[in-house]
Amino acid sequence: MTELGVASVTATGQDEPLPPTGGPWARGWDRFRSQHWGLVGGLAVLGLIVAGSCAPLLARIEGQNPYSYHLELLDDARGNAPRGPLGGVSTAHWFGVEPLTGRDLFAITLYGLRTSLLVGIVATAAAVLIGVLIGLLAGYAGGLTDSVLSRFMDVMFAFPSLVFMIALTALVPDSLPRVLVVVAVIAVFGWTAIARVIRGQTLSLVNREFVLAARSLGAGWRWILVRELLPNLVSTVIVFASLAVPAAVGTEAALSFLGVGIPPPAPDLGRSISDAIAWVQGDPMFLLFPAGLLFAAVLGFNLLGDGLRDALDPRAARTAWTGRQGRGR
Amino acid sequence: MTGYLLRRLAGVLVVMLLVTAVAYLVFFLLPSDPARLSCGKPCTPDRLAQVRALLGYNHSVPVQYLQYLRGIVLGRDYGAGAATLHCAAPCFGYSFPQGRPVTSLIAERFPVTLSIAAGAALLWLVSGVLAGLVCALYRDSWLDRLLTVGALGGVSAPTFLVGLMGILVFGFRFNVLPVNGYIALTDDPAQWAFHLILPWCTLAFVFAAVYTRLTRTQVLEVLGEDYIAVARAKGLSRRRVFVRHALRAGLTPVLTLFALDLGGLLGGAVITEKVFGMQGLGALLIDAVASSDLPVVVGCTVFAGLLIVLANLAVDLLHGYLDPRVTS
Repeated sequence: MTELGVASVTATGQDEPLPPTGGPWARGWDRFRSQHWGLVGGLAVLGLIVAGSCAPLLARIEGQNPYSYHLELLDDARGNAPRGPLGGVSTAHWFGVEPLTGRDLFAITLYGLRTSLLVGIVATAAAVLIGVLIGLLAGYAGGLTDSVLSRFMDVMFAFPSLVFMIALTALVPDSLPRVLVVVAVIAVFGWTAIARVIRGQTLSLVNREFVLAARSLGAGWRWILVRELLPNLVSTVIVFASLAVPAAVGTEAALSFLGVGIPPPAPDLGRSISDAIAWVQGDPMFLLFPAGLLFAAVLGFNLLGDGLRDALDPRAARTAWTGRQGRGR
Repeated sequence: MTGYLLRRLAGVLVVMLLVTAVAYLVFFLLPSDPARLSCGKPCTPDRLAQVRALLGYNHSVPVQYLQYLRGIVLGRDYGAGAATLHCAAPCFGYSFPQGRPVTSLIAERFPVTLSIAAGAALLWLVSGVLAGLVCALYRDSWLDRLLTVGALGGVSAPTFLVGLMGILVFGFRFNVLPVNGYIALTDDPAQWAFHLILPWCTLAFVFAAVYTRLTRTQVLEVLGEDYIAVARAKGLSRRRVFVRHALRAGLTPVLTLFALDLGGLLGGAVITEKVFGMQGLGALLIDAVASSDLPVVVGCTVFAGLLIVLANLAVDLLHGYLDPRVTS
């Protein structure tokens, strides 16, 4: 199989004179701060995470919850679409109400955002953990271990992941918590990209002078992995993780959109959007609020990840990550 | 080159075996009973045993898997005597709820998915690469910035969202494009294309964004290489250096990605099909999942895996052609 452009790369001009003061992290932070879009993305992500985690609090401030029906707000002459303009937006219901049930849309989208972010972040953490471990192992051990693991990555890469995810989430027994199943499925199909990059970087690091020096001074494998290799891989891991979260959020939404993700009644952005298809003519607001929030979350993470990548500049990540991984179609 | 080809083919075979094995084992080891699912209602113990024997589920899992593989290569018969059901090669299993071989179900749905994927792929490859080249050539111009921002939006927008927005705007607001239904190419080519415009544009927008970003970074990187500077120093024109040296190296990863994306999409444009109500492979899978039609689920998965593996093979051959170093 093919290595997806995990090439070593020379810099492309822009020899900005870097101040010799401060460590690489301080310089990275300076670079990150100087690009506005990364900062905007970071702030958006921060805001959305806060809003998601405080969903119950915010809903209580509004005076609503995502489960109570408000049938009196629906217009049965129009097939139970919400009364009033903009899908029933009012001071009591900030985003209006859901058609058919009259549940509060502000509460539903915020709770849904919480679900999406939770699944996205936990699944990414799991995928990154698996990917780093396997990538390190393959790159450091070399030989047979490396060939076996590399072939394994090829096989995982060859899997029709969305097709497989749909089939799996639908066929595991109902006794397992659905959220865990979705997280596991996204993680299992999400670790290959980072594993490949970590393997490549590890391969190029193990023969560098500082690692050879450590080894000749008698350092054990644990020391070399933890003290010599990992610090050089951290920036790659951070960039990959920040770009993997939006992919995972998108995948979760896609699965729920297809009806195999988080089951009702738990609010979920993907399912709300799926429900909204039938109402796209009569009540477009029912689509626009959850869709806008989902788009904002994914875009925010992508901006943040791009900014981090440019600031920390782990060069392998630049070409290996295209935003393709784990995308729904 | 021959040795390289043989090695690659052997590799493809191994990966394919593993993919089918995993697909088969995972689904049949899950605590759902495929015989019971195929048995229908009412399901008497007698009938259950009959179905189990008919489908070969009474054998051990490895034997079942070997029978399945054999069926793909040689075809297989279910049952014996007068009630034999023949499933011709390549046999991906037999769907009892639908009373048909999975292969014929796939063959029936594949043209829909192929129509969606092929048109969209052409559109996204051309537009994505062109936009990326423009970005790389006019780096940091307003055009570059505009396209880069647009590409970021495309990368961030989930496919179903783009499709729904397309329906909302072009279907309902302006009422200029059909929003669902598939017309066969053989029935009416004009209507076929007309009904596919929105699905094509939806997928193209989402995928092209990735290609724009990839092309831009790749070409910019190659332009920074020493051999480009050498070629310029030798007196070659900018245009010649760009076309002959930079493009070839810069676009190789783009073609790699293209083959993989197309292979993946041909296995089922699940979301696009759902949004636009088209009965392709993705819809077949979703319906099979909803009705617990296990043979169809496994068949779809294996078929999709086969396509991706073939795409990988195509990529390897392409690499061997574009970059002679890999074949040695």
